[in-house]
Amino acid sequence: MTQTPSRPSQRGHIWLHALCGDSPLQAGHPPSLLVCDSSLNGMPARYLAVVTDPDNPLPRARHGEVGLLEGWSLAHAVRDAVQADAGLQHKRAIIAIIDVPSQAYGRREEAYGIHQSLASAAAAYAEARLAGHAVIGLIVGKAMSGGFLAHGYQANRLLALDDEDVMVHAMGKEAAARITLRSVAALENLAASIPPMAYDIHSYASLGMLWRLLKVNRPDQPDAADVDLVNTALTAALTEIASDSSCGLENRLHGENRSMSRRVRQLLQQQWQD
Amino acid sequence: MNHQQTIEQLLHYQSFIELTARERTRQLLDADSWRELAGPFERLYSPWLAAQGIVAQADDGVVVAKGRLAGQPVVVLAVEGGFQGGSMGEVGGAKLAGALEQAAADNRHGIPTAAVLLLETGGVRLQEANLGLAAIADIHAAIVDLGRYQPVIGVIAGPVGCFGGMSIAAGLCSYLVVTREARLGLNGPQVIEQEAGADEYDNRDRPFIWSLSGGEQRQHCDLADACLPDDCDTIRDQVQRYLAQGLPATPRHQRHDWYLQRLAAMDTTQQADASTARHFFLPERSA
Repeated sequence: MTQTPSRPSQRGHIWLHALCGDSPLQAGHPPSLLVCDSSLNGMPARYLAVVTDPDNPLPRARHGEVGLLEGWSLAHAVRDAVQADAGLQHKRAIIAIIDVPSQAYGRREEAYGIHQSLASAAAAYAEARLAGHAVIGLIVGKAMSGGFLAHGYQANRLLALDDEDVMVHAMGKEAAARITLRSVAALENLAASIPPMAYDIHSYASLGMLWRLLKVNRPDQPDAADVDLVNTALTAALTEIASDSSCGLENRLHGENRSMSRRVRQLLQQQWQD
Repeated sequence: MNHQQTIEQLLHYQSFIELTARERTRQLLDADSWRELAGPFERLYSPWLAAQGIVAQADDGVVVAKGRLAGQPVVVLAVEGGFQGGSMGEVGGAKLAGALEQAAADNRHGIPTAAVLLLETGGVRLQEANLGLAAIADIHAAIVDLGRYQPVIGVIAGPVGCFGGMSIAAGLCSYLVVTREARLGLNGPQVIEQEAGADEYDNRDRPFIWSLSGGEQRQHCDLADACLPDDCDTIRDQVQRYLAQGLPATPRHQRHDWYLQRLAAMDTTQQADASTARHFFLPERSA
């Protein structure tokens, strides 16, 4: 019954190091959160990744899940950068490297308010964006549910590797099947014709959430060309964010499969002032 | 406490929990000011449910009501827990996010519109999975934006509770009001049991579930600001007080230093129960 991955993904760790090179990790964070001040195209940037920690004091957050400690620590790391750059005209970019299998599922987590911890992380990213930091989410593995909401979904721009192990979803297949009283096979059948239910990254792209989909050679062990490709895309995102007068999330509303999201907003705007 | 007086009070209470989402919004706004936006006659059905053989609803389970509360411009956003478990799909999610975005824009134009969220929701509607998740990210963004100008007040009354990504939305509110019937948590009991097993979380043990995630416990742990009886006037008065109070000095979601200190001091080998949770939050309570 327990859905523990047999071999937790190391992509968050691998990509953070690939993009940050020799820059040292920031001290003062739990081992499950890597924070690195490095640069992007010569400009200062803070990179963050939630990673596996087999010794995590909270056992339900050992495979890269965003748990109590990770949510509050993300908030700490992001707010720290916002505070430090408060007086600067050019604020450092904040880059969330995303490979989160889920939020942590456990009794301690619920008892001590994991929802509040994740809210703290989401708010920190959103406030960084509103304060004028370019916030970029780079999805290199799984971006699941509450884990993604806390780590990356508030970014100005979202980029993802074009790879079959990259996925975005609201819930793992087994749990989703149980909650909706369907079999996993039935769920997969539906997902084939209903894009928001699908687990693959191309269906997700059709919803309009992704700014770029990046085809790298070796997502598990990036080579120099892969790192170059990703750095170029991150730099382009930075340039576009700088030239965008809005620091909101409207740029995600243009997807072919998101027409009702646009129609509802249009209607609300029309009826708001009457 | 005088029991006779309590029974007298109980007899005069008008239940908020028994009302539909639309009726709840009417209870909160000044009577002559209530106006529904993007209402059911606009026929904003979910485009994704019919394809799965599920009967859609013309308001997609979300009510957007604009008006005044004690004179102040307010938008009340209510999730109808009775439709698909109060789940967030594309349309309902866009109604919540879009209205909050309008309220924030109002403030940038000098109109002090505040928001009240009536959260009876299981979170993402799994039949619209990624569009529900995206809408919830938009809702989070909009609450944080609006919360810089005016209070965003969350109310979780019952009986559905507030779970999933929408519990994170509750955690972003300036103030949070609950009843004893309410529940607030990230993961629903069924999902925790599915992922972690019944030893970790027994989905059938209702007293245990309420002891951890029930409204009274959440207020004791300072994860909610007020735990009120199920009465329309009492809830409306409290919402009005929070509106008048303005923004909190430090919203709950900005207290990462305090929580990290408490987590560092915690014995994580011990399984949690209601009493360890109250103890965890004790310094906050006495502060």
